[in-house]
Amino acid sequence: MSQRPSLTFRLDPQSGLAPYRQLVDQVRHAVRTGLLRDGDQLPSVRDVVTQITINPNTVHRAYRELEHQGIAEGRAGLGTFITLHLNVAPDATEHGTFEQALHDLVINARRAGIDEETIRELMRTALRQNGNVRS
Amino acid sequence: MIEETAVLEAVNLGKRYRRTWGLQECTLTIPKGRVAALVGPNGSGKSTLLRMAAGLQEPSAGTLRVLGKSPSPGADDLRERVGYLDQDRPLYKSFRVAEMLRFGEMNNPTWNMDVAKNHLALLDIPLRSRVSNLSGGQQAQVALTLCLAKQPELLLLDEPAAALDPVAREDLLRLLMRQVADSESSVVLSTHALSDVAAICDYVVVLAHARVVLSNDTEYIVETHRILSIVGDGDLALPPGITVIHEQRSARGRSLLVRVELPFNDDRWRVDRPTLEEIVMAYLRKGSPHRDGRDVDETESGAR
Repeated sequence: MSQRPSLTFRLDPQSGLAPYRQLVDQVRHAVRTGLLRDGDQLPSVRDVVTQITINPNTVHRAYRELEHQGIAEGRAGLGTFITLHLNVAPDATEHGTFEQALHDLVINARRAGIDEETIRELMRTALRQNGNVRS
Repeated sequence: MIEETAVLEAVNLGKRYRRTWGLQECTLTIPKGRVAALVGPNGSGKSTLLRMAAGLQEPSAGTLRVLGKSPSPGADDLRERVGYLDQDRPLYKSFRVAEMLRFGEMNNPTWNMDVAKNHLALLDIPLRSRVSNLSGGQQAQVALTLCLAKQPELLLLDEPAAALDPVAREDLLRLLMRQVADSESSVVLSTHALSDVAAICDYVVVLAHARVVLSNDTEYIVETHRILSIVGDGDLALPPGITVIHEQRSARGRSLLVRVELPFNDDRWRVDRPTLEEIVMAYLRKGSPHRDGRDVDETESGAR
């Protein structure tokens, strides 16, 4: 049995993202960074509700979504566990590559004297031009 | 089609107080298992709706069903299944907390003393304290605990966290969420704190001027609203399928909070996701559903 990881969720009311999406993103991030590994148990719904002020339905919803994405698996009576199938791995690698590329870009931008607000604005413009509103 | 059970179902529901309507043409369905928020300014009909649902007031028009039944003061069955907490948080001030619990036990066949004692232990509220010696936050906790210990299927809470400091309010909301997690109760609560709504409510009903102006799943609401903004080009037409909820114009451009039914893809507009608070505010400013929402300037929207 793997021990329960110390994942602490946060909710950002200003993000404009549905709370369940924020939880999903945080688990995905924890998986990418290695904080959560294959077989790790996610905090129980009751634990999350005790930890932060959140609707239990939202936590259920997030865990269902993680199951749907193949990142987690509900085991009856036991809880929800991280399951890293092979099809998730490329995604994680791609994320890592992108994160690195973004990191380099930011460093270059700063060297060129572009301030943070401008970087954000340029990033937003790029996102806007290359995706629809639902992405 | 699978019919989802509703905990609260209103059709053209109305309540008239002498000459004015406390609630008018209210049609809504709150599904089972939700934590629903009623938001709106004072006098918009939130308490009226809750009091009618609790069987404390008779509707003047339309129909109301709570857990499938018509609420009335004589509906004993509903009295056990529904927990109502008034905004005045009625407690006997001279009682000790333990006496309040015994009082609750005597009056409620479905009472669970363990639930009550566990909640109060978690909150460090001693059973020997007199209610009058407790802080406002602790009194609110005790009042909510009495309501929760009945183990109702549906909780109707009128501003349960009003006038509490931030820590007490968070404790109270967590207490409530733990109960929802443990017992799967449905909740309908009224509040002015939009940040609480975003955190704990998965269903939102916005009331303004005694009418319902928005009622849906929180997630659906968030996914179907956007802020569109543009510099200059003041009269650029909007694509079809977009409903303007609130518009702000300045000499330099326009900013609109809109409802979008289809993916919006138009490079001329900057598209941002509004927060739930921004969406609710836009509907509150819009006021009545019969207006077209073009509140170009705040001072023009006289129906506030």
